Amino acid sequence: MSRSSLYEEEFFPSPLRQTWMEFKRSHWAFAGLWILIFFVFVIIVGPFLAPYQPLEQSPDNLLLPPAWSDSGDIRYIFGTDSAGRDILSRVIYGSRLTFGISFLVVILSVSVGVIIGAYAGISKGLRSSIVNHLLDSVMAIPTLLIAIIIVGILGTGLINSIWAIALAMLPQVIHTCRDFVRQESEKAYVTAAKLDGAGSIHIFVKSIFPNMVEIIVVQSTFALSTAILDISALGFLSLAAQAPSPELGAMLSDGLDIVYISPWSIALPGLTILLAIISVNLVGDGLRTALRRRLQH
Amino acid sequence: MTTLLSVQDLNFYHKSRNSFLRKQPPFHLTDINFSINAGETLAIVGDNGSGKSTLANLLVGVYKPSSGSISLNDQQLGSRNTKQRCLNIRMIFQNTKESINPALTLGHMLDESLVLNTKLSALERGQQIDKTLRLVGLLPEHKYFYRHMLSDGQLQRMALARALILNPKVIVADEPFAALDPSVRSQTINLFMKLQKDLGLGFVFIAHNLGIVRHISDRMLVIQDGRVVESGKTEVLINWPKSEYTKQLIHSYYSLVNGQY
Repeated sequence: MSRSSLYEEEFFPSPLRQTWMEFKRSHWAFAGLWILIFFVFVIIVGPFLAPYQPLEQSPDNLLLPPAWSDSGDIRYIFGTDSAGRDILSRVIYGSRLTFGISFLVVILSVSVGVIIGAYAGISKGLRSSIVNHLLDSVMAIPTLLIAIIIVGILGTGLINSIWAIALAMLPQVIHTCRDFVRQESEKAYVTAAKLDGAGSIHIFVKSIFPNMVEIIVVQSTFALSTAILDISALGFLSLAAQAPSPELGAMLSDGLDIVYISPWSIALPGLTILLAIISVNLVGDGLRTALRRRLQH
Repeated sequence: MTTLLSVQDLNFYHKSRNSFLRKQPPFHLTDINFSINAGETLAIVGDNGSGKSTLANLLVGVYKPSSGSISLNDQQLGSRNTKQRCLNIRMIFQNTKESINPALTLGHMLDESLVLNTKLSALERGQQIDKTLRLVGLLPEHKYFYRHMLSDGQLQRMALARALILNPKVIVADEPFAALDPSVRSQTINLFMKLQKDLGLGFVFIAHNLGIVRHISDRMLVIQDGRVVESGKTEVLINWPKSEYTKQLIHSYYSLVNGQY
């Protein structure tokens, strides 16, 4: 309880805060973050923004071009598709579906992956080595392929594809966590905690995990971009979301038949996927750079 | 004065993992005997790879001895009573920076030791942390600091604070002064000596610098290849070394500092 608070007036950035300060210095990453925030906003308030229901058909307005074209209609800003459904509404609901599911998948696989990875990192000997080599062999196969195999076993459908992609991404997360825990366990601060009489779980939760938050965040952003791509790819192949559903990948495959008559019905959902993945990757890359810079200081 | 820490016939056999490509010779630490009294300082001197750090790790309990015993106040420290060991023998690591968790504040780290080893309430723990930080010459405000905000000297003080927070009887330090620049080093050494005098600590430290050894230690243990070559009072040993190895060590050190004995 000191009276003079000379040091209190200074600003002590925590490691997390420091990462944020480094992150802000990169304009690209920051732009990516804004786009990401915009997408999250759309996910949350989407139903209030969309002018129509995604499945609502208007037979009078089939294949309308976007509003900025000469023959467009301002009521349908992005135009309509072959069944007269408003593409803007479908894109809004679609990004809700694609993005929302990707977030869900990432949360699922990261939370399970961190627990298993930590266990693999803490345990020694045969158990650890089995987990390690098994994962290494699984990681040689691309996630999309694993997801297709799992969907093939479970059957098509959106829920099954969620499980499939979450399971397919799990090895990557486990591997990263395991390596990190392994690497940190060798450091002297863990030995110091051990000498305080802490058990291995206590050491993980109290000493290693605080260091791990950042790596988890970075891992999650990369997992998120993979998840978006995988969900839309499975939708495109009609393995996940089925045709009338406004999932972005399914919309792409829907519009493929009429791509010469109405290129916008495939361009606009495609552009949305592109923008989503670019923004997530920019944020992930910015975070990684920020982390590297922070460690250099 | 009673014996604080005594080590009898300590043996350690480290079976290093023979990898497929390169075979490492197994490492032994044989028949280590010594004892220190309260307020006394023992320096462990020897070459790289002679087993000094291993001995320190054995004392604090990172490794388990193959045979022999370590007793504190005539009470043998087994592998069971880790708590007693945590409370009474504390370690200061060779690489101070590495030994402090980068993601936690200093206060948090000190609190952790107290939570694990004492039954103090949150308020009492806070007071104890403030007191200890003051004791080592830091300010209570430093408990909000992270590792990267401190200088090397401050980190050294923090390491000392962490060692002292549980009111230990013995501190084992693995080359605590090696990485510091001379002015900070003398500051830290003076702090060590003052605290030792005030608190009556037993202090075991590993050093390369015979000047420091001569300055602060009462007794000395010279180790070569896991064996005690010579031990005894520091002054006696430095002035009248018996074994060839000790002579060489002393000679090589003083030839570096222009032969000024």
